[in-house]
Amino acid sequence: MVTKEEIIEIIFNSIDEINEQNETHLVKNEKTKLFGRDSDLDSLGLVNLIVSVEENINERLNVSISIVDEKAMSQKNSPFKSVETLTDYLMQLLNQA
Amino acid sequence: MTDKKVMLITGTRKGIGKYLAEYYLQKGFLVIGCSRGESDMNDENYKHYCLDVADEIQVKKLFAVIRKDYGRLDVLLNNAGIASMNHSLLTPVSMVRKILETNVVGNFIFSRESAKVMKIHKFGRIVNFVTFAIPLKLEGEAIYAASKAAVITLTEILSREYSPFNITVNAVAPPAVKTDLIRGVDDEKMDKLLKRQSIHRFGTPKEVCTVIDFFIQPENEMVNGQVIYMGGV
Repeated sequence: MVTKEEIIEIIFNSIDEINEQNETHLVKNEKTKLFGRDSDLDSLGLVNLIVSVEENINERLNVSISIVDEKAMSQKNSPFKSVETLTDYLMQLLNQA
Repeated sequence: MTDKKVMLITGTRKGIGKYLAEYYLQKGFLVIGCSRGESDMNDENYKHYCLDVADEIQVKKLFAVIRKDYGRLDVLLNNAGIASMNHSLLTPVSMVRKILETNVVGNFIFSRESAKVMKIHKFGRIVNFVTFAIPLKLEGEAIYAASKAAVITLTEILSREYSPFNITVNAVAPPAVKTDLIRGVDDEKMDKLLKRQSIHRFGTPKEVCTVIDFFIQPENEMVNGQVIYMGGV
């Protein structure tokens, strides 16, 4: 069972990587928006972040997952809106795997 | 992380794929090959994995190994492909699905997973394999040509999506080469086909490598999303 804290740590770690690579200033906070007008990330930045989170999950938890699947794409409320929604989505995904 | 350049080639059990593996081993690459069946290649710098290129779970496991054991991927040669030379009226849908799965879905999964590893070091070269059956509109190859036309579109669009990571995606259409793919085609048909190339002879796998060598040069950053038809088609 993966804990919420572990997932948030993974996402924050990816945020560090993305900030370093792209010179963005994404804040490590659960309320941080990941896309849309209020976000510091452009579309490519979001792609980079998601890929980085996948890689970190693979490395730390030794689980190979695709974060973007049909379920994620068809959800009314996108799981990629904020750190919080991404955390909830990953909890769901990882604890059912 | 290994110091050697790492190349992943799909479909290395036989034909051009096997030749490519041997050729790039000689050039000093660490080559990872895969195919549905076992390989008889024996080289300390060659590692073979048995998998179906369209099976996402198996492919993702392979990439987890690449990340863990090698820490890098420099080149992907998306060589695996299947063909069916049949009149469309005699082509079962099961064959259509099989061809699209291997040639299109397999190509997509390998490209996507490779780009994820390549982007870590901000370098990568992806080479896809397409066919002269597209511009020549060869009868009997409707599904094979359609699948490879999809690969051209993947080449063109992925080249744009991956360029921010310094990954290029190009495609080569080999000339007619004597491999299993054309084993069932009779000599008269092949002669006719060769006459439609501006160079009226079979090509060799070594000649195909000249184009791949060109695409994968680290200095070659400005050629992206291109298709080279060999044989002068």
